[in-house]
Amino acid sequence: MSIFINKDTKVLVQGITGNEGSFHTRGCLEYGTNIVAGVTPGKGGQKMDDVSVFNTVQKAVEETGATASLIFVPPPFGADAIMEAADSGVDLIVAITEGIPILDMVKVKHFLATKNCRLIGPNCPGIITPDECKIGIMPGKIHKRGNIGVVSRSGTLTYEVVDQLTKLGMGQSTCIGIGGDPVNGTNFIDVLDAFQKDDETHGIVMVGEIGGSAEEEAACFIKEKLTKPVVGFIAGLTAPPGRRMGHAGAIISGSSGTGTAKIAAFKENGIFVCENLGQIGQVCKDIF
Amino acid sequence: MKIHEYQAKQLFKAYNVPVPDGNVAFSVDEAKKTAADLGGFPVVVKAQIHAGGRGKGGGVKLAASMEEVETHAREILGMTLFTHQTGPEGRLVKKLLVEAGQKIKKELYLSLLVDRATASIVIMISQDGGMDIEEVAAKTPERIIKIHVDPLMGIQGYQLRQAGFALELPSAAMKLFSGLLLNLYKFFIANDCSMVEINPLILTSDDKVLALDAKVDFDSNALYRHRELMDLRDLDEENPLEVEASKYNLNYINLDGNVGNIVNGAGLAMATMDIIKNAGATPANFMDVGGGATSEQVENAFRIILADDKVKAILINIFGGILRCDNFAQGVVDAAKKTGINIPVVVRMEGTNVEKGKKILSDAKLNLTTAVDLFDAAQKIAAAVN
Repeated sequence: MSIFINKDTKVLVQGITGNEGSFHTRGCLEYGTNIVAGVTPGKGGQKMDDVSVFNTVQKAVEETGATASLIFVPPPFGADAIMEAADSGVDLIVAITEGIPILDMVKVKHFLATKNCRLIGPNCPGIITPDECKIGIMPGKIHKRGNIGVVSRSGTLTYEVVDQLTKLGMGQSTCIGIGGDPVNGTNFIDVLDAFQKDDETHGIVMVGEIGGSAEEEAACFIKEKLTKPVVGFIAGLTAPPGRRMGHAGAIISGSSGTGTAKIAAFKENGIFVCENLGQIGQVCKDIF
Repeated sequence: MKIHEYQAKQLFKAYNVPVPDGNVAFSVDEAKKTAADLGGFPVVVKAQIHAGGRGKGGGVKLAASMEEVETHAREILGMTLFTHQTGPEGRLVKKLLVEAGQKIKKELYLSLLVDRATASIVIMISQDGGMDIEEVAAKTPERIIKIHVDPLMGIQGYQLRQAGFALELPSAAMKLFSGLLLNLYKFFIANDCSMVEINPLILTSDDKVLALDAKVDFDSNALYRHRELMDLRDLDEENPLEVEASKYNLNYINLDGNVGNIVNGAGLAMATMDIIKNAGATPANFMDVGGGATSEQVENAFRIILADDKVKAILINIFGGILRCDNFAQGVVDAAKKTGINIPVVVRMEGTNVEKGKKILSDAKLNLTTAVDLFDAAQKIAAAVN
C-alpha cells in the first residue's frame, strides 16, 4: 500500500502546454505515471506529445475519468485553477505553483472545505509513491520502494533526505512535499495520520522549517496518535527573525516560529531529532 | 513589502481611517514648513525607518515651539538610529514625519493579520497599547483579544461591536471605532496586506479614535495586482546586495558571517546555513538560486556573494532536481572566468546530470575543492575559514 496515490491514479495536468507543465509531464510519463489528460484553456483538441488537451478540467474529467490534477499554471491563476479542479470532482489536487497570493489561498481553503477532495501544496514538489506513481517535479530516480514515509515543507531538502535514505538501503512508501506557503492544503497532521494507517509505512521522516506552528501541532499529534517511530529535522536554526527565507511561510515573526521552539517540541513529544542534515540518513538507519 | 509610517498613513487617509494631521519632510526646512502648516503646538517629529522601537532609540521627539522643531529635525535627520529591530548596524534616517500632537486619554492596540493555522484574517486588540505587544502576549495573554473573520463573508457588524466593547470605549467613540475598523479591514483586503498594525491606536480627550502609528506589510506575491504600491518601495531601507539580487530573481539575504553559500531550494539553503554553523563557521548569507536557475543566474549569484567583503570562502550545495548540475557547473565556470574567484570554494553537487557537471568543473581547472557529501562539505568549508 501507499498513501493518497498508487499505480491506478489517473492524472490530468493543468497548464500542460506551458514550459514547466510540458517538461514535468514528460518526467512523470517517463516514471510511469498514468497521465490521461491535459488542460489549457483555448487549446482544447490539441495534443501535448500523446496526451489530449482539453479546454476545461470538467471536460477532461468527463472524457477521461481523471482522479487527480497536477497544477502548473502561473501564480495569478493558481487559486482559480485549484478551485476549478475541486469543482470538477477529482479526489486529489497537487499544486506546484509558487507565489499564489496568501489571501487567494485563504479563500481557496474555505472553498475546499465544502468539497470532497485533498489539496497538496501549493509551492511544493508534489507526491511520489516509488515505482508506481509520481505526481510532481521531484527527480524520480533517487527514490526506491520501501517502508519509510517522508513528509516535508521543502523541495530540494526532501530530495537530499530521500537520497541519503536510498543510498543507505532504506526505501520509501510515499514521499510528500506539503509546500512552503503559510496557507496550504494538506498539513503535517493529515499526512502523519495517513502514514500511521498505512501498513507499508514502518517509520516516518518529518522535515520542517522555521515559521508558523505546524511542526509544534504535529509533534503533539505524534505523541497522542502515532505508534510508528518518527525522525524529525528542522531547517533554519540560523535564520534571522523577520526575514522571509525564500519560502513565503519560512519567517520568524517576533518570537514565534523559531527553529529552537520546534526542536524542543519534537524532543518533548518523543520524536528523534536529527540536528545535522548531513547525517539524517544515518540517524534513520540507527532508529528504523 | 514594508512601507514607511507616513506612506501607511496616507493610504489610511484614503480609506477614511483617521490619522493625525501631518506630512513627510526630507529636510529641516520642510519640517519647519510642515509644522507651520499644522498651525499649532505641540507637534511630533518622527524618524521614518522600516523598524520599530524608534521612540526608545531617540527617533521620536515632541516639540513645543518652532525652535524645538528645528532642533529635533536637525538632530534626527541624518542620525543612525539603533533599535531592537535595526540590527547592530543601525539605520540612517533620511526622512521625518511631522504631525500634530494629540491629547491622549487612552492608548490601545489594533492589528490585522492572516492567521496561518485557521486560514482566516485575525483581528487582535488590546487595551494595553503603546507597549511591545510581544511582551503583553508573553506576560498577560488574557489582555489580548482575537477575533477571526471568515474571508468569504468579510467582517460582520457584531465583530466590530465585539472589538469596540472589548476595548471598553466610551459610547461616544464606539461608532467612530466601528467605522475605523471596518475601513481598515477593507484596506487590508483591497491591498493584499499580510499585516497591518496600529500601536498605539489612541482615544483622545475629546473621545475621538486615531491611528497614532501605522505599520503595514504587503504580501509580495500579490504586488503584481497593485502596481501603484510598488512605487512605495524604499530601496534605501534595503541592503544594496539584496536589491541587486532581487533584479535577477535570486532569493538572497545578507548575514554577518564569513562563509558565502549558493544553494538551490529554500529549505536546503536554510539547512546549508545551519550545517555551516554546526561545523563551527558562520553563514554570510542565505542564497536560493531556485529550482530552475539558469547559468546566468548562477553567475550573478556568484558575483553578488563575492561583492560582500566579509566572505572568506564559498560553499556550493546543489541538489539537481529540475536544476541540472551541468547547467549549474557552466554558470560557475562562467562566473569564475569573468569575475575571478580568489577565495576557497567547496563544491558539493548531487542529482540530475551530476557526472556531466563534475566534468565541466574539472575540465575548467578552477581552484575548487569537491566534497563527497554534505557532511564532508561542511568540514571542508570550516577548515577553509578557521
